[in-house]
Amino acid sequence: MKPRTLFQKIWDNHIVHAEEGQQTILYVDLHLVHEVTSAQAFEGLRLAGRSVRRAGKTIATADHNIPTTDRSLPIADAISKLQIDTLRNNCREFGIQHYDLNDPNQGIVHVIGPELGYTQPGMIIVCGDSHTSTHGAFGALAFGIGTSEVEHVLATQTLLQTLPKTLELRVDGQLKPGVTAKDLVLYLIGQITTDGGTGYCVEYTGEAIRALSMENRMTVCNMTIEAGARAGMIAPDATTYEYLRGRKYVPADFEAAVARWQELPTDEGAQFDKSLRFAAADIAPQVTWGTNPGLVASVDAHVPKPADYSDPTDQKTVAGALDYMGLEGGEAITDIQLDRVFIGSCTNARIEDLRAAATVAQGHKVSDHVDAMVVPGSGQVKQQAEEEGLDQIFKEAGFDWREAGCSMCLAMNPDKLSPGERCASTSNRNFEGRQGKGGRTHLVSPAMAAAAAIAGHFVDIRDWK
Amino acid sequence: MKSFTTHTGLAVAMDRANVDTDQIIPKQFLKRIERTGFGEFLFWDWAQLEDGSPNPDFELNRPEAVGVSVLVARRNFGCGSSREHAPWALEDYGFRVIIAPSFADIFYNNCFKNGMLPIRLSEELVDEIFSRAEKHADYRMTADLESCTLSDEHGFSTSFEVDAFRRHCLLNGLDDIGLTLEHENKISVYEATHGISAS
Ligand code: SF4
Repeated sequence: MKPRTLFQKIWDNHIVHAEEGQQTILYVDLHLVHEVTSAQAFEGLRLAGRSVRRAGKTIATADHNIPTTDRSLPIADAISKLQIDTLRNNCREFGIQHYDLNDPNQGIVHVIGPELGYTQPGMIIVCGDSHTSTHGAFGALAFGIGTSEVEHVLATQTLLQTLPKTLELRVDGQLKPGVTAKDLVLYLIGQITTDGGTGYCVEYTGEAIRALSMENRMTVCNMTIEAGARAGMIAPDATTYEYLRGRKYVPADFEAAVARWQELPTDEGAQFDKSLRFAAADIAPQVTWGTNPGLVASVDAHVPKPADYSDPTDQKTVAGALDYMGLEGGEAITDIQLDRVFIGSCTNARIEDLRAAATVAQGHKVSDHVDAMVVPGSGQVKQQAEEEGLDQIFKEAGFDWREAGCSMCLAMNPDKLSPGERCASTSNRNFEGRQGKGGRTHLVSPAMAAAAAIAGHFVDIRDWK
Repeated sequence: MKSFTTHTGLAVAMDRANVDTDQIIPKQFLKRIERTGFGEFLFWDWAQLEDGSPNPDFELNRPEAVGVSVLVARRNFGCGSSREHAPWALEDYGFRVIIAPSFADIFYNNCFKNGMLPIRLSEELVDEIFSRAEKHADYRMTADLESCTLSDEHGFSTSFEVDAFRRHCLLNGLDDIGLTLEHENKISVYEATHGISAS
């Protein structure tokens, strides 16, 4: 047989119907649902008199819109409450497993899927959320879909897809101390730009990728969408199987499943449509300075100026970004002063992320002029962090310790920036207004965010003591 | 699904790259559970001044932009979230055609599901349209999906490419779910051969 990539194997394994000149019908193994992009899909089903084909292959949770403060209090925002209630009622009506607000397993949809063992190698996983690419860390094909497609999956358990091209991003060598998966992926986006991956499905390969833990692999795959690619994946290996072993919803015969999963990695000699190579040693801790994740620099560099670019559209984008961010261009990144710090989101709110931030914060105090918060990715992460005493470290240092949810990653709930406030955030998007109208977001790793909270400005984590 | 065959309408040029879905429809409007009525919130943060009054400089607030239905923008339009609220808002506002050198994949796909035609053209052709829109008052464009051509009233005409299947569905307003369910026996066969039982 012709050598195939991981992507091709998963695609081939899921073809329900393929016909020349048409989109392919693919079977969906796992469908994740949250409150913001599902109401209109369930409504569509009802209007058409359709049912959910395989309710057991869908799980739901409320994450985007929920408060991260005391859960025993009623939700103050009536419109948010209606959306959350609507999800609950829809799940009840259609028989879907729902991790509701007070469920110990509630959390950000991309954190709980892997944590509960729903996410497995070789699957096709979809969700009405672009960061579904996160699940590709397990060697799954996972991507975001629109609400019309959510309805399509509910009704048919399949999706219509056009075959994407494949892009290999290979990172050779080892990351230097202080450089994390977040820095790696921000660096890659900076290199290939925010639309460099458009039309592609990415597979990350190379020594630096293989060395990453599962949480770190999830950080990398999570941000694939920020390079324009719909999906990012990493071949499953021993690290993957060890992470999954013993989790609640993994296959009963785990060893048999592992034997199947071992067939998935890209074959020797398989061809990608495009391959790019990078050296891990070139990567320093990263900080975004603009209004998309590709506008990023090394922490020891300076904010660029429009004149540093040759393309007129780039010059305009950079000038607009600097204006929005309240930067001149030319300042040292480490001179940028902060008002807020947010440690959270499906990019960086898993247990390892919180450990990394706590290690930095331990024994220090958050700067007087900084308001810092930590929002765990899920109820389970929160509980584990509390068992390890991380919450105490954060609280003693002056961080706010919250309930799980998306929180200030997109600021749909009351956690948001005020106009002009500048925030170091471990999330994935620094778009204008993303964390609140007029708010200024700099994306960084958890350790860099914690250090920035304490110093009051960005610091090079490699110099942290 | 709504069909699209041909459309002629007033064009607005937005000289911006990487227009993201957070700009197209900010999150505070994603709490609604309806599919309609998003048009009034389109580009909310750009369209308002600090005090909530309309921003006169914003492209869509200019007097000549009343009644626009063709949007021309720079590369990577619709990047960011998968929220279908973005195409819903554009469609509800009155847009039927969006032209850019490139689109984010999910957004591009979502347009077709909502009866809107996204057209990818080279940077050069988009540049050309920008200068024509600046030169001619009341600049109108016609997008014809039957012949896959885009033209204006001043001699500009180009062909564009669109995936044959998507074109077919959009021309005929076909409902994806209905189409897929025509293959329901194949879904059942797939499930049977993969040991997937009803649940
Ligand atoms: S944490 Fe942020 S990026 Fe992740 S699902 Fe929530 S809103 Fe989306």
